[in-house]
Amino acid sequence: MNGDWAKTLRREWISALSLASLVLVWQAVAMLVGDTLILPSFLQVLVALEASWKTLIFQDLPISLLHFGLGMGAGVLLALPLGMGMGWSRHMDRLIDPMVEVIRPIPPLAWIPFAIVWFGLTHESAGFIVFVGAVFPILINTYVGFRSLPRVFVESAKVLGATSNRDLIRYVAFPYALPSIAGGVRIAMGISWMCLVAAEMFGVSTSGLGYRIWSYYYLHKMEYVLLYMIVLGLLGLFIDRAFRYVVEERMLKWRAGLTQ
Amino acid sequence: MVAQACTNMALLEIKGVSKSFLAEGKEMVTLSDVNLSIEEGEFVCFIGPSGCGKTTLLRIVAGLETPSSGSVMLEGRPITGPGPERGMVFQEYSLFPWRTVLDNIAFGPELKGEAKEERYRRARIYLKAIGLESFEQSYPHELSGGMKQRVAIARALVNHPKALIMDEPFGALDAQTRNIMQAELLRTWENKKKTVLFVTHSVDEAIYLGDRIVIMSARPGRIKEIIDINLPRPRNRTSPEVNQIRDRILQDLRSEIKV
Repeated sequence: MNGDWAKTLRREWISALSLASLVLVWQAVAMLVGDTLILPSFLQVLVALEASWKTLIFQDLPISLLHFGLGMGAGVLLALPLGMGMGWSRHMDRLIDPMVEVIRPIPPLAWIPFAIVWFGLTHESAGFIVFVGAVFPILINTYVGFRSLPRVFVESAKVLGATSNRDLIRYVAFPYALPSIAGGVRIAMGISWMCLVAAEMFGVSTSGLGYRIWSYYYLHKMEYVLLYMIVLGLLGLFIDRAFRYVVEERMLKWRAGLTQ
Repeated sequence: MVAQACTNMALLEIKGVSKSFLAEGKEMVTLSDVNLSIEEGEFVCFIGPSGCGKTTLLRIVAGLETPSSGSVMLEGRPITGPGPERGMVFQEYSLFPWRTVLDNIAFGPELKGEAKEERYRRARIYLKAIGLESFEQSYPHELSGGMKQRVAIARALVNHPKALIMDEPFGALDAQTRNIMQAELLRTWENKKKTVLFVTHSVDEAIYLGDRIVIMSARPGRIKEIIDINLPRPRNRTSPEVNQIRDRILQDLRSEIKV
């Protein structure tokens, strides 16, 4: 046990060292370049953080998270039942699959003009772009999860008394597909995160992290631009880790034997 | 012999069951006019070459497949689909990997809407009977093959089925585990007096377990012979009587397989 702990500590140490060297190299290069417009230094970004953390945390962050939440929520709400239906029923698959295949290749950002026309410069508008980015990975992973359900599980459930489609989906197909669905949501979150920033930058919104990056760029305040970039990166990382922790290590404990 | 007061109707009545399907435009007959009646509490083994339709026959009894003609009646009522009164244990591991051992066994009661305490109480009785109390909260991937099949049997029995259908349940187990599982199954069967339909490839297994052995022939699958085994249990796997029966069955089967 003690050895394990020491090993973990050593690993953390190396990670910290890695990040520290990145910061050091960055600071050194920035000082060498000597131009804030081209590359602001680490210290300049810290100063920017000191000056703007209130707007960052109390204005931009909640707005961006709202956009993200709206889009992801709508994405799950549509993709989950649709993917389940397509995975369960051949008829539904044949009916809906062509539509999905035609719409799916359109890059989410190409929807921005319509988002603005349909929703105006609202939260819903940014949420819509996030939604377009989120919906297909969730849909496809839900579908694949349902489709790969082994027959023996369905038949076992049937001989144990689960005869209605409702019971079979609720007790067998859905729990079986959950790891695949969770994987889809994770991919969707990554894509949506990128869409979110782009949507806010390209004027679908009048606030948020992406919007602020663009407005700082107009002012050529590049240390602020970099600060917001770092916040976006760390936030994306945090959301992904939090999701993995909650879903994969708690809800999907039963897969331990398959994933490790 | 227990004389039944008002009827001598068998528990399970298989009447004129045939099953055929289309393969590449040709009609393939897997089962042809199978007739069999099985009494309550009987242990019936099915054996035969691959493709003799023994698995298909059991799947029809389970309600997972429908016969092309003929009928199967359980206590006089025709079987139209799968149901918990006919438990089934599959050759492949069929435990739900996302459920703990306890929740796997409690699956049938849960579907019936039994309250949590009640279904866990009942599941624990079966868990104890298979000696896996300490694995209550384990997931199937943490169990050995033999343990998995024990849980699968418990999961079927907790529904109080009238018949237990077993399709080569020990086929994937090693020889030692297999012998232990056979003895355990017999103990359970003697305790509960369940009717068991058991498909196997192993002549030894069939003689060790069955009251009757149904020998099937292939293409089309039909019943070739039914052998009664009137030896007391537990049976000695190498006694002269057992050897005699084994020779007879092996000869029967050899004539079936034309190489």
